[in-house]
Amino acid sequence: MSDDDADRIDRNRRHFLTVATAVTGAAGAGVALYPFLASLQPSARAQALGAPVEVPIGSMQPGEMVRVLWRGKLVYVLRRTQAMLDRLPETLDQLRDPNSEVAEQQPEYVVNDTRSVKPEYLVVEGSCTHLGCAPLQDFEVRPSENWQGGFFCPCHGSKFDLAGRVFKGVPAPTNLRVPPYRFVRDDLILIGQDTGAA
Amino acid sequence: MAKIEAEVGQQKGGLLKWIDDRFPFSETMKYHVTEYYASKNFNIWYVFGVLAMVVLVIQLLTGIFLTMNYKPSAEEAFASVEYIMRDVEWGWLIRYMHSTGASFFFVVVYLHMFRAMLYGSYKKPRELIWIIGMLIFFVLMAEAFAGYLLPWGQMSYWGAQVIISLFGAIPGIGESLVEIIRGDYSISDITLNRFFALHVIALPLALIGLVFVHIVALHEVGSNNPDGIEIKEHKGPDGVPLDGVAFHPYHTSKDLVAIIVFLMIFSFVLFFAPEMGGYFLEYANFEPANVKATPEHIAPVWYFTPFYAILRAVPDKLWGFILFGLSVILPVFLPWLDRARVKSIRYRGWIYKAALTLFVISFISLGWLGVQPSEGVYVLAARIFSVIYFAFFLLMPYYTTIDKTKPVPDRVV
Repeated sequence: MSDDDADRIDRNRRHFLTVATAVTGAAGAGVALYPFLASLQPSARAQALGAPVEVPIGSMQPGEMVRVLWRGKLVYVLRRTQAMLDRLPETLDQLRDPNSEVAEQQPEYVVNDTRSVKPEYLVVEGSCTHLGCAPLQDFEVRPSENWQGGFFCPCHGSKFDLAGRVFKGVPAPTNLRVPPYRFVRDDLILIGQDTGAA
Repeated sequence: MAKIEAEVGQQKGGLLKWIDDRFPFSETMKYHVTEYYASKNFNIWYVFGVLAMVVLVIQLLTGIFLTMNYKPSAEEAFASVEYIMRDVEWGWLIRYMHSTGASFFFVVVYLHMFRAMLYGSYKKPRELIWIIGMLIFFVLMAEAFAGYLLPWGQMSYWGAQVIISLFGAIPGIGESLVEIIRGDYSISDITLNRFFALHVIALPLALIGLVFVHIVALHEVGSNNPDGIEIKEHKGPDGVPLDGVAFHPYHTSKDLVAIIVFLMIFSFVLFFAPEMGGYFLEYANFEPANVKATPEHIAPVWYFTPFYAILRAVPDKLWGFILFGLSVILPVFLPWLDRARVKSIRYRGWIYKAALTLFVISFISLGWLGVQPSEGVYVLAARIFSVIYFAFFLLMPYYTTIDKTKPVPDRVV
């Protein structure tokens, strides 16, 4: 290339073409990236497996708890005794969110004193709101420890009352989540769906 | 006839020359091996880099053979590991080599990192080597974490549940991020399958690439030494550092001794204590994953426990996550936190020596506390040691400035 040629190079044009190529390439790479990122989301099958589950409760005794899976998540269904329900108000002042004010943690229709559709039946996800361990059932009343019965997470020591409400001073920030559910019949709960009568 | 002789003449030097004309083989060997000069005063702390490479090779080789029999599905994973342990010829040996190798990888890497702290190997001009090294450490943590899910035991499942849930603490995007990591609404077959992909392809590739640039960067600036003296500042007339000796055959023969001793210790653990009392392979993991019940005592494998103890010491989800993340990331900034004018601990004052001692005590104690139940005096102790851990890094710009250092000699004696 002679000096004459060098003089004839239009640097602005060359710069424009470089930038235009880089921007187009980056946009193309960005678009090509989307399918890969999207493929990481729950697949159609994973979503389909999230169908509602039926829990027959006819044979449950007062004080009995069953563990069921909905969307692969653990859900506790506890038939509370009258004594359990009577003790609920006693620890209200030790709770972080006694009135279920954190909206994402439950459907609106369970924002009440027992966090349930029917006071007797507690339906909560068995997943500690700290780091997801399954809280243990610890229903024994121990007045010496000021414990009225509830759930205890073995991983990091979070405690919840018998309505799944978190105590103050533990690592879990919020109450146990209540999944959407409804009573199909008096003896059958449908978890994962609440359309129709709540 | 004369023409053929001329052609033969051109081939003088044989195969090596033929290759060198087409690929910089001899040049590369000289630059990185036979004419790479490292200080003559290396001590035992300087063998852990090579040992880390040895473990990497063990993990890659055993991993390839495990992949031939392992099945990455929630239905079959646990049984396929048992199949490897019982029915595959020598499968137990390959599996134990891999699981023991994972723990030894961290033993070696922690000692390698501690060497850098002893002798200031992260200081100018080696900041980038240190940063690449920290990236290797992060990838190694991810690799170990992904690998621990694969046997699909109780601890695999619930350990992953806890660590993945950590990301849920990030405000706003947390929950959707967790869903993208799992690929499902809970840890499932889908999660296992993608962790398998990360463990056998993505992360090892990243690891090998990073180790390569770690060594390229090291050979550009040259190795540090226990005196923290730049040997390149005093070169002989031939351009060779006066205090340096060639990597091969001098350092390699020393490394060979280290490798043999290492393999003896490795074999002892491999054959006599592959579970290491529940620390290398946790007992709860000999039970298949049960989605419906968390094990009573849940703890990560020993190499994560110091950071896990910091996480548990904080009685708040978001702050726990932040301090946990910070405790892992903080060492990256050592080259700039450390304001001392000398590199090696040999020429530092008492303050740094005391600080480093306290740091080591805290790190080991946190590691021990991470496997204890999270209650009472353990929580208190974890909080105290967490404070010391952070103070070591955050107060470093101050105490390394006021610390009285000794003059560093020009040459290695």
